[in-house]
Amino acid sequence: MKIDRRSFIKAAAAAGLLAVATPKVTFAGLAPDGSSDRLGMMTDFTRCVGCRRCEAACNTANNLPSPTEPFDDMSVFETERMPGPGAYTVVNRYRDPGTGAPVYRKVQCNHCLEPACVSACPVGAMVKSREGPVIYNEDVCIGCRYCIMSCPFYIPAYEYSEPFTPRVQKCFMCYSRVTKGVVPACAEACPMEAITFGERDQLIKLARQRITESPDKYVDHIYGEREAGGTGWIYISGVAFEYLGFPGRVQTTAYPELTRGFLSAVPLVLVLWPGLLAGFHAMSNSRDETIGTKADIPNGKEAQR
Amino acid sequence: MIGPRERRHHLFEPWLREKFFLGLSLGQYLRVIATPLNLLAGLIVLAGFLILAKRFALGLAAITDASSVQPWGLLLGYGLFSGVPLAASGYIMASAVYLFGLKAYHPLVRMAVLAGFLGYFFAVVFLLIDLGRPWRLPYPMFVSFGPASVLFLVAWHVALYLSVQFIEFCPSIFEWLGAEKFRKWTVSLTVVATIGGVILSTLHQSALGALFLLAPGKLHPLWYSPFMPLFFFVSSIFAGISVVIFISLLAHRFSSARADPAVTATLNNLALGLAKASAIVMFTYLALKLLGVADGNHWDLLNTPFGYWFLVEVFIFVFLPGVLFVLGVYTSRVSLVWLTSLLTIVGVIVNRLNVSLIAFNWDLPQREMPRGEEFVIVISVLTLAVLTFRWIVNRMPVLPGHTGYKSRNSKPWGQL
Repeated sequence: MKIDRRSFIKAAAAAGLLAVATPKVTFAGLAPDGSSDRLGMMTDFTRCVGCRRCEAACNTANNLPSPTEPFDDMSVFETERMPGPGAYTVVNRYRDPGTGAPVYRKVQCNHCLEPACVSACPVGAMVKSREGPVIYNEDVCIGCRYCIMSCPFYIPAYEYSEPFTPRVQKCFMCYSRVTKGVVPACAEACPMEAITFGERDQLIKLARQRITESPDKYVDHIYGEREAGGTGWIYISGVAFEYLGFPGRVQTTAYPELTRGFLSAVPLVLVLWPGLLAGFHAMSNSRDETIGTKADIPNGKEAQR
Repeated sequence: MIGPRERRHHLFEPWLREKFFLGLSLGQYLRVIATPLNLLAGLIVLAGFLILAKRFALGLAAITDASSVQPWGLLLGYGLFSGVPLAASGYIMASAVYLFGLKAYHPLVRMAVLAGFLGYFFAVVFLLIDLGRPWRLPYPMFVSFGPASVLFLVAWHVALYLSVQFIEFCPSIFEWLGAEKFRKWTVSLTVVATIGGVILSTLHQSALGALFLLAPGKLHPLWYSPFMPLFFFVSSIFAGISVVIFISLLAHRFSSARADPAVTATLNNLALGLAKASAIVMFTYLALKLLGVADGNHWDLLNTPFGYWFLVEVFIFVFLPGVLFVLGVYTSRVSLVWLTSLLTIVGVIVNRLNVSLIAFNWDLPQREMPRGEEFVIVISVLTLAVLTFRWIVNRMPVLPGHTGYKSRNSKPWGQL
């Protein structure tokens, strides 16, 4: 048997090391325990009048740069905007397809229950906090932008103009405020109480209650109840959501599930391949011994003879 | 009398001349390399460095149009996603020779391993240019782990694999340096390194495809499939084989061993053998792609503009070269095989660019071509890679006809 002990042990050790070195695929954000008191937000589009005071409050609370157009400039509604590195949230204006009346939609991170961005981040910079908001650790971010690539809502923005300290920017649900029991800036600023803050489970109940009490006023759907496997920020509206610029093709299962199959196959390869390949090597060596085609091909111990 | 210090000094200069300057004095060497082609290459590389300076002065926005919608551009689309499958030559040839016992292909192993090592090395270079904070590249390895991420896997595997490829290339380096003991030691690591290399390659070639599993709504359904990891892995096999065919025949045309009819005949036969293997894998891959369309039940999408483009990618860039390989082998026409290998390489690049750039965000209203700066960087880094390859094969025993296993008996290596 010509695969000698030394090469076999080396191969087995290498494989063992690799298998052990593969960290277990645990994912803190997915633990469903304690999820009933996780925080969330709700926006009721029937109440929003497009005053943009939420944008202004967010800008102040997060020390964001002053925008080119002031927050009382309504001409911004002529284009459909997206949050950017200097604006964690924007309000857009859409039209009711039936009446043509304006409908306003506040756009920001949806703080998914099982975020794609959190599973995508190779350094764990994106975190689903225990309290609920999806937060970001700029001290470990390497700037790969896989979080941006994976977000089904196209939300995270990147400071591409920063040469040395670019960060991912998005709504963090005023994490430093909510952990002290203070309401997020946008909810506090809204004069119409269109934005509500609280425990997500309670907000779902509230949304269901509003829809049930006024079935003519609302579309019978709570957006975010199941979209992306459930989001922390939910919406109710008088106009169907497909007219409000929500991206189509958002699935109702959690996005991290999509890579789980592949990732669970990894340890299988780490265990199967060494045996398979060492076996092939052993077979080809035995054949050489028989046929006598050893030649001077480097092959472990033989090369030293 | 010359003391030991003077002797060491006297020995160092000729050694430097022989190892680095091809046996010429510095002045002579500089004159030899100042050809128009080299000058052009130098200018291209310089242009790349200038654009890199722009990136570090003004941020990525100065050289790309990356946004929240399209965060990845040509730098990753070519540099990482296309560069890595083309660098599969290393693990393919090493496993063929050292694990599956196809000893006849031994003359090609070193060149394939070098091409593989440089391919991964420069893929990392592209990554460093594209990352927002490139100095944090080691973070997923040492500082902070995100083990639920496929990209975490890619980071680890590319880092480990670079090391493995380097170990596999070390025998050539130590022969060049005349360090026999080190050479023997690294040779003894060959089988283990090869097994490790195949494991790592299987995982990260497929992981690059698995990255896109997270974006079903963004990638066109004809390309998006749960089988994407398998597609990427299988296509990396024929990508690697085609690169070996392409580079071995091309390098031989320019090397000083081209006059040796024995080496030429061997290389031609090996190329035909590789073409056969490549064709088999390519037809298998075609069947897999069809399975992917069936699995998603997207036959109706074939009758759309993107559907036509999908059919072009699959028929012109996979089926056609597969057929041409078979034809080339059947008629023993090595030139046809060589051209087909080029077509195959282009086809793999087309597929990777489709997945990462063209079919990604396929139905968004505003789509732009990558910036000119990205194209310049791609060409510049490619030029640097070719120059590095040439530098190494001119000095170290890599090319067929120039390799010896014992440093004392090796034939003088030729120059490109």
